[in-house]
Parts: sequence; C-alpha cells; structure tokens
Amino acid sequence: MEIYGLGIIAFCMFAGTFIGNLLGELLGVKGDVGGVGIAMLFLVLISNYLEAKGKPFPEKTAKGIEFVSSLYIPIVVAMSSIQNVVAAFSGGAVAFLAGGLATIGSMLLIPLISKIGTTQESKK
Amino acid sequence: MVANIITKLFTSYGLVGAIGIVALIMFIAYSIADAIGQKRMGSAFAIIIGLILAYIAGKYTGGEKGLSDIKLFAGLGLLGGGMLRDYAIISTAYGVKLENLKKAGLVGVISLLVGVAFSFVVGAIVAVALGFKNPVDITTIGAGAVTFIVGPVTGSALGASSEVIALSIAAGVVKSVLTMIITPIIAPVIGLNNPTAAMVYGGLLGTTSGVAGGLAATDPKLVPYGAMTATFYTGLGTLLVPSVGFLIIRAIFG
Repeated sequence: MEIYGLGIIAFCMFAGTFIGNLLGELLGVKGDVGGVGIAMLFLVLISNYLEAKGKPFPEKTAKGIEFVSSLYIPIVVAMSSIQNVVAAFSGGAVAFLAGGLATIGSMLLIPLISKIGTTQESKK
Repeated sequence: MVANIITKLFTSYGLVGAIGIVALIMFIAYSIADAIGQKRMGSAFAIIIGLILAYIAGKYTGGEKGLSDIKLFAGLGLLGGGMLRDYAIISTAYGVKLENLKKAGLVGVISLLVGVAFSFVVGAIVAVALGFKNPVDITTIGAGAVTFIVGPVTGSALGASSEVIALSIAAGVVKSVLTMIITPIIAPVIGLNNPTAAMVYGGLLGTTSGVAGGLAATDPKLVPYGAMTATFYTGLGTLLVPSVGFLIIRAIFG
C-alpha cells in the first residue's frame, strides 16, 4: 500500500531527527544537528539493503515514497512564499554575492578536480 | 455574502487552499518557462514567483511570514513549513544507490566534499564581509550558498531569524538560476564535455534543478552523470553544515 511508503519516510524522519537532536544535545548545539541528512542516509541504507537481498519495496510502497518526493519542489515553492523577503531585500547584496560567487567559483574548480579524475584513471 | 463564504472556505480548508495556490504558481511558472523555451527553469521561476508574492504580502501586511500572514493564505504556512519540507526532502533520497556512490568513485566524493565546503566558505566570507557577526547568521548564509534547501534547514536547526533564512534561500536561488544560465556558456571553457567532468560538475554545484537544467542545455547525454553526484550534495550539506560547519564558524566568530 502507498501509505507504507509514506510511513517508511516518517520512520526515517523520526529516527534521523532523534539522532540529530541527540547529537545536538551531546555537542551542546541548540536543536537538531544534521537530522534530515541522517534520515536520508537511513532511507538509502534501508532501500539498498532490501534491494541487495532481492526484496525491494513493493511497487505501491515505492509509489508512496515517489509521491512525497514529487511534492518536494511545490513544498519549496510554498516555503518561498512565506519567507520574510521584505527584510531579505534590505540585504540583497549578500544573497547575490554569496550565491553568485559560490556558483562561479565552483565552476572554475571543475577543470582542476576533473584533472584528478583523469590522472587517477590513467594510473589504473 | 459571497466574500464571506470564500473567506470561510480558505480558512477552514487552509491546506487544500495552499495546495491549489502552489499548483497555480507552478502552472504559471512552467508556462513562462515553456514560452521562452527553458522548460528546466520552471521550478526556479516558481520559487522566484513565490518570493515575489512573499515580498508583496510582506509590504502589504507588514508581517514576517509572507503570504501566510494574509488570512486567506494561512495554509501556506503549513504546506511550506518545516514539517512537510523536511519530510519531502528525506523522500528524495529514495532511488539513490549505494553502488552509484561507489561508481562515481573517489573523484565524485572529492568534488562533493570540495563543493559543499567551497560554497559554504564563500557564502560565509561574503556574510562576514557585509557585516554579519552572529555565528548562526554567518552559518545560515553560508549554507544558503550551498543550496536553497541547506540554507533553511540549517537556519531552522540553529534558530536563525526568518530574515536570515530568507537571505539564505535567496542566495541558493541565485545559485540555481545562475547555474542554469551560465553552464551552457562556460561549458567549453571548463572542459564540461565528458562524463567525468559532468560528475565533478554535479558534485561541485550540487543544486539539483540548476545542474539538471544547466546540463540539459549543454549536452543532454551528460545529465545523468551530473545528477548522480548532485543527488548527494544537499544531503551531505544538511549533514555537514549545521554540524561541522557551524562548529567551525562558532569557533572562529563565537
């Protein structure tokens, strides 16, 4: 059933954010430390483990998960519509410079790191 | 009388109303993207429309929560709130294969780590250069330069203000849109014409919509290679930035 897929994500979310919050307490950081990332890792590990055992999620369960993941962009759109953009615009240069410089810099790093890849290949 | 009934519908069916509104925004955004022949930019346009509406609503209500401060659109606060956002983000990890991680190999891992660290550091430096002093704010803006997901996830985990979270989303949106626009132009210069470079590109840029859009405009055959590494980027960012990233920033500026 599709609801199983939704439930599996819910389980991963609770397990991941539980560990994230535990980590937060242990590190003395307020709130959740990487809980969403840990939850994603759980989902990857669970689905890969089941596939390796030759028992992947039933089609309908997978559909449930895919349904939620198809809502990710619309949810991000809803999220953008409830932000305090007026306040953000008073510091608009930060967003433009941070995003812009990160993008252009990352692109210029591509040839450098590709080179590591090709020398590694030729060594083989 | 009619206005009363409509108001009542929107307030008692808040979440359903929000779903309808977002569907309408997405429809308009994808129509615009389609009209200018940039189908891949649909999601970026939709996010920009969302931000514009939030701006207009903020000016109109003087509130801090964009459209959701208008009673009719309060449901957007639930649909776009932290609970459903994190739930949807986690679900995107489905389909990521462990063996794909291995296949992308060392160079993919290096590009992912360098990519997250580089964007975070650049974003943090910009934040400090423009006068931000609070470690939470610096980390959140740095996280926004990673992607527009890592920014708000980090910001809400660390308890950043809505203004700073909006800034971090804006930084991520700038990155996503710029990636789509610049990639086809810069591709010949940076040697983005083979699978290895495409994997490195996905790992360094990481913005899934930007990478998919940019590669599709450059060479559609490269899309799966870039998307493969890019899938891991936001997850890695949400794992590392609020934890290791914040601890480093707090050690320097705390």
